[in-house]
Amino acid sequence: MKETKTLSKVTIHFAGDSGDGIQLAGAQFASTTALAGNDLSTFPDFPAEIRAPIGTTAGVSGFQINFGSEEIHTPGGRPDVLVAMNAAAYKKNFANLKPAGVVIVDPAGFDKKNLRLAGYDDEENPLLNKPSDYQFYEIEVTRLNRDAMKDVDIAPRDRDRSRNMFVLGFIYFLYNRNLEVTLHFLEEKFKHKPAVLEANSKALKAGYNYGDTIEAITRYRIEKAKLPPGEYRNVTGNQALALGLIAAAKKSGLELFYGSYPITPASDILHELAARKNYGVKTFQAEDEIAAITAAIGASFGGALGVTGTSGPGMALKTEALGLAMMLELPLVVINVQRGGPSTGLPTKTEQSDLMQAVYGRNGETPIPVIAASSPSDCFRAAYEATRIALEHMTPVILLSDGYIANSSEPWLFPKAASLAEIKPPIRTKSGDFLPYERDAKEVREWALPGTPGLEHRLGGLEKEDKTGNVSYDPENHELMVKIRARKVALVAKDYPKTELLQGVEGAKLLILGWGNTKGAIQVAVSQALAQGLSVAQLHLHHLNPLPEDLGSLLESFERVLIPELNNGQLVRIIRDKYLVKADVLDKIKGQPFLAEEILDRIKKLLKDGDGN
Amino acid sequence: METKLTARDLSSDQEVKWCPGCGDYSILKQMQSVVPELGIAREDIVFISGIGCSSRFPYYMNTYGMHSIHGRAPAVATGLKIANPDLSIWVITGDGDGLSIGGNHLIHLLRRNVDLNVLLFNNQIYGLTKGQYSPTSEMGKKTKSSPLGSVDHPFNPLALALGADATFVARSIDRDPKHMREILTASNKHKGTSFIEVYQNCNVFNDGTFLNFSDKKLKDAFVLMLEEGQPLIFDQGKKGIRLNGLKPEIVNLEEGASANDLWIHDSKDPTKAYILSRFFDENFPRAFGIIYQEDRNTYEDVLMDQLDQAKGAMGEGDLDDLIRGKRSWTVE
Repeated sequence: MKETKTLSKVTIHFAGDSGDGIQLAGAQFASTTALAGNDLSTFPDFPAEIRAPIGTTAGVSGFQINFGSEEIHTPGGRPDVLVAMNAAAYKKNFANLKPAGVVIVDPAGFDKKNLRLAGYDDEENPLLNKPSDYQFYEIEVTRLNRDAMKDVDIAPRDRDRSRNMFVLGFIYFLYNRNLEVTLHFLEEKFKHKPAVLEANSKALKAGYNYGDTIEAITRYRIEKAKLPPGEYRNVTGNQALALGLIAAAKKSGLELFYGSYPITPASDILHELAARKNYGVKTFQAEDEIAAITAAIGASFGGALGVTGTSGPGMALKTEALGLAMMLELPLVVINVQRGGPSTGLPTKTEQSDLMQAVYGRNGETPIPVIAASSPSDCFRAAYEATRIALEHMTPVILLSDGYIANSSEPWLFPKAASLAEIKPPIRTKSGDFLPYERDAKEVREWALPGTPGLEHRLGGLEKEDKTGNVSYDPENHELMVKIRARKVALVAKDYPKTELLQGVEGAKLLILGWGNTKGAIQVAVSQALAQGLSVAQLHLHHLNPLPEDLGSLLESFERVLIPELNNGQLVRIIRDKYLVKADVLDKIKGQPFLAEEILDRIKKLLKDGDGN
Repeated sequence: METKLTARDLSSDQEVKWCPGCGDYSILKQMQSVVPELGIAREDIVFISGIGCSSRFPYYMNTYGMHSIHGRAPAVATGLKIANPDLSIWVITGDGDGLSIGGNHLIHLLRRNVDLNVLLFNNQIYGLTKGQYSPTSEMGKKTKSSPLGSVDHPFNPLALALGADATFVARSIDRDPKHMREILTASNKHKGTSFIEVYQNCNVFNDGTFLNFSDKKLKDAFVLMLEEGQPLIFDQGKKGIRLNGLKPEIVNLEEGASANDLWIHDSKDPTKAYILSRFFDENFPRAFGIIYQEDRNTYEDVLMDQLDQAKGAMGEGDLDDLIRGKRSWTVE
């Protein structure tokens, strides 16, 4: 009998060479863990190169998962368990491991060549000098896995490729997980490659059985999390975005047109949507970013829900067309899955540095609503909300996600289609007496689709005459139109629900104000601070432009405001500018999401020492 | 209540604001007179343009229209056609809009073969910005931005279109209304992207640049009117063109050359089309008419087929199934 310990929460960090299949193993562990009923949060972190130099620390790919029987809001800070497939993965991640943590390594990844590539000095091998307070599992993965491959009909050069499955099998044993989800996944993935299927299935089982065979091993049990009742699935941010767009198109009775040019980390949205042709989704892989957005504008002109998705550099290219969409007053959703900038920046790393670009980054007076998603599953809500605003207010809308949210996953209590609010685009069908730029009380014009008799009209980027939409250079008219368009976007805020604190109470000494992916880390930090008796509250913004009308009075009730952001201070400037409140930024610009402890530390400094810096 | 449209019905209530004497007036007039003959309802017609003098065109057509941004009309039109394949879409562009800032979109439109019509008004100059050389201006051209003469080698728009695998390539000129109407009609009939280069005189910044092809005294010697299945004859029947292998030669029909030996125009022949597109040598007349056409599946037809097939194979998607995904679980 092996000993079994019950834990409430575990953080595992899988690390290996970028060709080792770490992301796949991590994603499988997440799917299995979700289905086992734990709450979880993941953080895939990989190099930009498809194949960075083998064996070097630059080529290390990582996947962290935090799961437990309690509510999980972040992918965890320092991991409890490090899986290191080679010396470079070990070198890069060991220092971050929790004291007395568990290390799982394959000695074959610590041979002379790997040690040298990882940058260890001659004769230095960390496995020969293991810190005694850590628990090491040195498993000869490569050798054992080759044994398991003996009777499988694959080329010798391919036999090591299933090592990730061997390790995954071992971890499944350690954490009392079922192999079924991954076996099923492998059957689907390698349907047409029976030998590869056999190799991977055998490796997975061999790893599991290895755990069962060895002596002196402690297994862990993590009870199901007490999540709100209902039906759940695991979802990444990019998947949820795609689903939200399709749902919003269906509920508004429109066809979805998605124009996009491949770009990290937004491409998965295109992949998800391209596979949904039976839902009537039309995807268009454009020749460039500008064609992607202008084709989406053309599709919207024609009566489809036009959407384009990109990341920061692509967003820069779409800027002129965004101005056109605003002038045309056509619905359009523009998704920016932010990554590290500026310029090409850090394509696979996360950042929140495109907020100013989203809110202000255009020529002329060009107000555009901006929505932000706060977690992988929240991307569904954000996509639905962005679409609703675009259609019901006849305006382009920018939706901000980021690389972290896009690739991470979490369990999602998903909605039933019938429970989703109807979306009612103001499509004009009645002919006669049509003025293209006549507006309703919300300053919204009607949408007249080509093909409708009697509503023929011309749109364009030149300034419009009020109501008729004819070209006008009249100075009074220009000022009037600028003001009307500003008011139109300001009125979008009338639809928002009441702004509510997530934790703490009004009048606290300190408000932690967040937007986007910082929500989970702030949630953990604030709840710990509250448990320690600190006077702190949490508020998270989903609408960045226009800001909620009740935000100003709420902010005034706090002595000071702290805004954690993965940038050099962007929301903080907008908040100071608009509300003249004392707001400080906690910035982090390292391509990595916040750790809860980083925010908690600052909260303590501010409240105990009164000094945020 | 099917009443036939007239040219007047196609004219919008906006005052036309091109310079007096501009070639654009003629093109607009031919378009307004051709459209009623096409048998398309006015509400199903859309004009999409970019930026430049020619791009004001949609404002003057009483149809649906969009004056978009510089160079992007082909992309806007592609999205529109995918959204609603039943529309008759006309892209109006110029040599700067279509070949310089929007060159990328144009070539991708042509290779995709989206079923729409592109009219490229070529005046070999930037008019709206008041007279800089354009991507079709001849080398050595002196303009405000090239005081010592342009050092840019120009594009040959028809060769470019052929290189991008366009399925309908034609040339016409503002001063020949009848020919333009014929080409517009043929372009509408063609299923796929039709590319028409229209020589258009800018009488303010580049007056007379196409004089050889419009002047009554000159044009006989310089204009070669292509007619399907007919020999290549010009200069009032005095001269013809024959092929010596792949090398075109001008022969004098009055001095004993036989019309039977002449090159017979075959717009389905891509090799001959390419040779015709290169008639820029001073010795050769410039070819007008349909230089090339072929039948090829359109982008939107293939896309719609994929959608139909997906629905056939997987069934019309159910939203709840989609949201639930392949693996869900229930928390009691």
